[in-house]
Order: sequence, then C-alpha cells, then structure tokens
Amino acid sequence: MADKHNTPMLDELEHGPWPSFISGIKRLRDQHPQERISNMANSLLGQLEHSYETRKGYWKGGTVSVFGYGSGIIPRFSEVGDAFPESREFHTLRVQPPAGNYYSTSMLRQLGESWEKHGSGLQTFHGQTGNIMFIGSTTENTQHFFDEINEYGWDLGGAGPCVRTGMCCVGAARCEQSNIDEIKIHRTLLNNFTDDVHRPALPYKFKFKVSGCPNDCVNSIERADCAIIGTWRDDMKVDQEEVKDFVEKKGRKYVIDNVITRCPTNCLSLKDDDTLEVDNRNCVKCMHCLNVMPKALSPGDDKGATILMGGKRTLKVGDLMGTVVVPFMKLDTEEDYEKLTELAEETIDFWAENGLEHERCGEMIERIGLVNFLDGIGLEVDPNMVADPTTSSYVRMDGWDDEAEKWFKEKLQAAEA
Amino acid sequence: MSEQNAQAAKRPPIETGCPDAFQYMHPVMRRNYGQWAYHEDPRPGVLKHVAHSGDAIWTIRAGTQRILDVTTLNLLCDIGDEYADGYVRFTIRSNIEYMVDKESKVGPLIVELEKNGFVVGGTKNSVAMISHTQGWLHCDIPGTDASGVVKAMMDEVIDEFKGWNMPNRVHMTTSCCQINCGGQGDIAINVQHTKPPKINHDLVSNVCERPSVVARCPVAAIRPAQVNGKPSLEVDEKKCICCGACYPPCPPMQINDAEHTKLSVWVGGNHSNARGKPTFQKLVAAGIPNNPPRWPEATAIVKKILRAYRDDAKDWERISDWVERIGWPRFFELTGLPFTKFHINNWKGARNSLNASTHIRF
Repeated sequence: MADKHNTPMLDELEHGPWPSFISGIKRLRDQHPQERISNMANSLLGQLEHSYETRKGYWKGGTVSVFGYGSGIIPRFSEVGDAFPESREFHTLRVQPPAGNYYSTSMLRQLGESWEKHGSGLQTFHGQTGNIMFIGSTTENTQHFFDEINEYGWDLGGAGPCVRTGMCCVGAARCEQSNIDEIKIHRTLLNNFTDDVHRPALPYKFKFKVSGCPNDCVNSIERADCAIIGTWRDDMKVDQEEVKDFVEKKGRKYVIDNVITRCPTNCLSLKDDDTLEVDNRNCVKCMHCLNVMPKALSPGDDKGATILMGGKRTLKVGDLMGTVVVPFMKLDTEEDYEKLTELAEETIDFWAENGLEHERCGEMIERIGLVNFLDGIGLEVDPNMVADPTTSSYVRMDGWDDEAEKWFKEKLQAAEA
Repeated sequence: MSEQNAQAAKRPPIETGCPDAFQYMHPVMRRNYGQWAYHEDPRPGVLKHVAHSGDAIWTIRAGTQRILDVTTLNLLCDIGDEYADGYVRFTIRSNIEYMVDKESKVGPLIVELEKNGFVVGGTKNSVAMISHTQGWLHCDIPGTDASGVVKAMMDEVIDEFKGWNMPNRVHMTTSCCQINCGGQGDIAINVQHTKPPKINHDLVSNVCERPSVVARCPVAAIRPAQVNGKPSLEVDEKKCICCGACYPPCPPMQINDAEHTKLSVWVGGNHSNARGKPTFQKLVAAGIPNNPPRWPEATAIVKKILRAYRDDAKDWERISDWVERIGWPRFFELTGLPFTKFHINNWKGARNSLNASTHIRF
C-alpha cells in the first residue's frame, strides 16, 4: 500500500462508545487481505480527512449505468483524484432489498463476498429511500458486481426521475397492528413498474411506501408520492379481561391520563367496573390506545387500506403531506390488487403527461388542484379528502345540481351494494 | 474486439425487481404471518411478539455504525449464526434486528453483541438511532458529513438509546443539505446555508443546462447573463434564500462554504397518526457552527432540547404533542434557545401557521 494518509480529525471519531465507521474503514485499510481494497480505503480516508479539514465535499456526479439500464447507480468521481487516486471512481450501486428488509445471514455473507470481489467492501443497510447501498466501485466493476448478484436474484433500484425503490414496514411478519399484506402490496406495485424503475423517463422521482397501520412506521405520508396505509372499518377489538388487568397493574390514574384523555376524538370511557367503552363510530384509528395497551386492544376484522398521494420534502414548493385520495379499499382478492395497480398506473401516466420537469406528484396537485387531479386519475371526490370544505366563496358553481345528484346516486348505490 | 462484438458480449439484465422476502424470513415469522396477537417489551432493545398460535418470537435490536465494512458485516453474521437463528432484518433507521425463537437465547446474544461493541436498545421510549444521509463520504452536494455528526451525537446520547428514559420515542435525523434526505424527525439537525452561491462563470455554460437551473430556483432569483463574454447565470443576491437548489444541477454554483454553511435544529416532526395528525418539523435553532470532527455546539443544543422534553413532557407525548400542549413560548423558555424573526414563516400560505386566536398561555 502507498503511504497511509494521516487522519488526525477522523481519528477523533474513533473515540466514544458508539460503533465507529472510521474504525471500520481503517479495518479495511489495515487488515483486508486484498491490496485493492486496502488502497481504496486508504484513499477514501484521505479524501474524507481533506473534507473535514476544508469543510467541503469533493465528489462529482456523472453518467454510469449497467448494460440495459439507465438508473440504479450513483456515479461519483473525485475532484481531488490526483491526491487520492485509488478512490478516484467511487460509485454506489443501489440494490432493491427484499420487501421488509429480511435477510438470512448466509445471503448477507454472499452479498458481502461479491462486493469484496468487485467493490470497496463498504455497504449500508439501507439508504433513506430504502436501497441497499454498496458504496464504492469503479465504473468497470459496477457491471461485474451487478452481473454477479443479478444472477442470484438481486436487481438494481431507482435513481433519477423514475419510480424509486419502495419501502414497507415489518408488518404482518411480526406486528399485531398490521391490517394489510405489506409485502405483497410492496412487491406487486414495485414489480409492476420494473421498467419505470430501471429507465428514468418521468418528470421526477415517484415513491411508493406501505405501512401496515396508521402508526406509519415507514413515514409514508410525509415521504411517499403514493402512501398505502393499513386500517380497518369495523369496531376495534377489546379484550375486557385484559383491560381490567391493565388497569389493575398500572392504576386508574395512569389509564385515564394516558389512554382515555389522549383519544383525539374522545371515544373512550373507563367504566366503573374498569372495562372500556368505545365509541367506534367516531374512532379515527389513530392507534394511540392500541399502542399503549397492545394486549387488550386490537384492530377490527374488516381490514383494508387508506391511500394518500403527493407527500414530499421541501424542494421546491415546501413540504407537502400526502392527501387522502382513497379513504378505504379492500386488499384481499386478486381483483382488489388489480384495482390498486390500475390506480397506480393511472396516477403515474397522468403525472407523466401533466407534470412539469422536476415536479413531484404532490407539487403538480398543488398547481392544478385536487379536483383536477382526481378527475385525471378517475376518482370521485369524498369528504374524507378534506380537513374542511372551502372557506372561499370565489368558486364557480356551474353544475352544482348535477354534482349533488351524483352524490345521492352514489350513496344509493353504495347502500344497495 | 470490434465494438459490435463487445456489445454482444454484454449480458442483458434479469429484471427481477424487488426480491421475495419470505425466503429470508425467520420460520416462526413465516409460519405466523398476519397472525400476531400482541407484543411485550421485556427490556430495552428487546421485543417479544406472541402469535395467536401460541408461538413467540424475541427480537433483539442493536445499533451499528451504519456504514458497514465487510468485516463488521461478517461479524454481525457470525453472531447471528452462533447466538441467534441465522435470520436478521434492518429497521428503517438502520438498526440490525436478530430474531430468536427461545427466550433463553436472548441473554447470551445481548452479551455477545455488547462484547463486540454494538449497542442494544432503540426500542419504545428511547432516543432511536439517528437516521442519516451520506455527507462528505459519498454525496456530491454535502454541506457537512453525516456519519460523523451521527457518531459524535450517538456517543453523547447512548444512554438514552439503551434506556427508556424519554416520555415517548425520539426519532432524530440529520441531513447534509437543505433537500433534507434525512427526513422529518422529532429532532432534525440539518445544514442551513447562509450565503448565496459563488459562481464559477468559466464553467457554467459547459456544465449546466441553464434553463433548468433557472427553473429550479424557488424564488426566481436566477437569470441568464453574459459574464466576461461567456453565457452564464447570475443570482439576485437580495432575493436569494440560499437554499442550494441550484447547486445539484449546476455544480459551478457552489453553495457550500467552510464558514457560512451552518447547521440548524428543527423539532416536532412526527410521521405517526397516533393522537394528532402527522406533523412537520419546525425551526428552533440556527447559526450553529459546522464544526468537524465532533460538532460539539450542535450536540449541546440537541441535549438541551432532550433534557427539557424529558423533564417536562408527559408519558406518551412525542415532542410535537408536548409543544402543542405547552406552547412555543414555553418551549423557548425551557430550552433557553433564542426566538428570532427568522422563526416566523414568511412564505406563501404562511399565515396559516400564525396565531389567529387569543389562545395564549400566561
């Protein structure tokens, strides 16, 4: 190996009780049997130290992809490659994890071995969008690494203006609050859009995220263009014996202060015999009481999903949360899944057609209005989509009678169904 | 080799997309998929889930350095093979979780993880692992490092990760530019630029697609211009909000600055629908020096906020719930942070975030 770069600032990050990523990169530099890897780690540490000293980043993007794809690789070329030549090309491959992020140790080892053969030996489970990040490879080796792992079942994720890698919570695999088959929804949607993941041709990124309940552990309302969140329509289940047991263990004051009075719609009442009364008609499925008393309270049986669209972070019109576009849909049968896929296709098609360059779906909704968006993707309006009806009288009301009649007709149809 | 042959030698991709998860799932989880009854929290860092069938599974959660070298990855696998059942998963905050089918396996697994420097915790009302971005290690536009900030902060709040000392869970995030890939958090530590970009006019016309850069600016402060006889771009520096949105599509518009790129702290982001509706994080502190390698000033502010929250919030209140109950004036009083004109939202639609009532706590 060439001389080790001095890293006095990075060395400071080897102190303290939390595991140190610097110590990890140094292990690659000092102990890894392959010279290619130890040289790459040395060079990387040198450049990172330079960043710490000057408070600047020194990576530039570019164009790198594997044969047949237009996305999935984050190209990084060093601006200071002459000083740190072994990490001059340091691209990341974004690889789609199994829905829910499950791995056997043998599969993790296999991925690690392939990456040692072709890359830097550094990886992250996972990036913020949800990809496995294999960090640090030359342009040539990105192809070799991809070819190798692609043969045993792994595919690249999205990067650029395309459908991005999805995310779902631990869900039905290990959580009692799950109301939907998160893994199936995640894979059905993502694998329906494989072409749009690999070949960026949309206005900007589009993200699907799936949470099994309104706790929304994958942050879908705030981060996903399309959020699918499990919920239920019937009464929540109450095991009154467990309620009594909970009251006995924690005390009435605790239950009143932490369960009863925290219900956002005042649906809970603790009865004199320490059982619980629930006004299910007004429960908004916020999950708080179920979170506090998971043994006593559970979701109901009539499960399904609420769908929100248009969530995203700041750039460029400011933070936007998703908006309810489907208050409830069942996701049991294959026809239900087809409906979901069709809705996603309609949405992406409409947005691809009408979105401006670099405009997220939520920004388009902001620009054209929810009513036009719903019309474009073939959905009817519903009072669950608004926090309040409009407060402005400056609205043209042509066709009010027809719209009102439509509402009553739909109500009638729903009642007959 | 001719170009045609080289092309033919290339292997077409197999477009399998997202892999099936069931093949990598612990058999107890596979068997009880969708059939879980309840969970308990036997101790910090450990979850016990019980299925309707009577099966139970224990999950042991551990914090790592997130940027894993392959030696560490193999070590985590060795531990999984010897002390657990060979199955793991990762949380969205990059903690590793081991699942085991017997309670007797929990203790020895924890001992082994801790012996190797990993940190068991991050469940229930703890300070969770800080979710973070790439920073100087790999990003093309970072104003700071991410892994370094997180390492320095987790060193300081490790007891809160390992324990259940908080009123409710605290999700922290960091981001190394204002795009905020780290996302919403109960506490977010994000880069805040304070000066307009410095433009290298010699490079703009070669490197940047000028109309897209003009369109990218949220406040229309960028316009095409001829500078030194070359087509370039200029910024109306009075209008510029220093967000850095022009920098990714046009690297010659350098937004990062060793002195003027600062850190800011935001609180009250909450993704959950529990109790109230989801909330975005709000600015509470800015002008914090971007001070590698350990960012002590930012950590001090985070610890101040954590202390005030721990001492004053009620059980189950997230930071957003707590502030909603006590009001912003008290938040600034309890944390000792200054309130300035910069905390007031001046954007379109901003008056929705102002107080239009006489609801004031005296």
